Amino acid sequence: MIGVEPWMLLPVALVIFGIGLFGLMIRKNLLVMLMCVELMLNGVNLSFVAFSKMHQSLDGQLAVLFVMTVAAAESAVGLGLVIALFRTLRTVDSDQIQVLRD
Amino acid sequence: MDYRMLAFFIFSSIAILGSLMVVFKKNPVASAFALITVFFAFAGLYALMSAHLVAALQILVYTGAIMVLFVFVIMLLNQDRPVEDLKSSSPFFKGFAALGVSALVYSMIRVGLLAKGIQPRGQMTEDKVIELGGNVRAIAESLFTDHLMQFELTSVLLLGAIVATIALAKRKNSMEGAAS
Repeated sequence: MIGVEPWMLLPVALVIFGIGLFGLMIRKNLLVMLMCVELMLNGVNLSFVAFSKMHQSLDGQLAVLFVMTVAAAESAVGLGLVIALFRTLRTVDSDQIQVLRD
Repeated sequence: MDYRMLAFFIFSSIAILGSLMVVFKKNPVASAFALITVFFAFAGLYALMSAHLVAALQILVYTGAIMVLFVFVIMLLNQDRPVEDLKSSSPFFKGFAALGVSALVYSMIRVGLLAKGIQPRGQMTEDKVIELGGNVRAIAESLFTDHLMQFELTSVLLLGAIVATIALAKRKNSMEGAAS
């Protein structure tokens, strides 16, 4: 019986990334769309860690730290934008945001 | 069966089922709590890969900071009328999106399985990391010597994000009051 090999994490990471992408396409609630972006970032993080183990190098884990920082900044700015949008348009539905179209 | 293998299957199935719940739950609060479960499962997977620092930071940063922020904003907005979600997008588009994403995932899995043959070339074997004083110390030494520039740039990025968030969340009249 073989142990947990790093390549086994890659299909999991890809499936999570795909679910996040699918959710980003079909959902209309801006908050859930931001959560799907977080899911995609986490899928990429998982593959970074798996490749880091596979290549016996720690650089992948360092990349994960930087991705986490960017994700924190992204969600802070994104949620700020959602609040500002909700204040002016009273909605978080991405289909209702059509100020530029009118 | 090896207990690590069992843990791997438990954590990865929790992660996949949880992320499906994030997408398909109608209530955003339910989505947020499913996402927290996914993050905990990811921390378990990182620990299985002996990435201890990343596993700890996953819980501290994601579930401790980002998800709290999400739940706060959901409570703050408190939508009186739920978004017409999942129903309003046409079934044709949904099927098309599912087909495209699964084709992408399938092809990437085929590519990823090629990675089974990769020969490790780095020096950081398990024994070397233990000799250096553990995962956290090895990462910290690399972060504060070879990658110091990126680390400092990250602080600039966070400062920019703080300024941007405050500028966005500030009310219009209070800004006019400050200007006049």
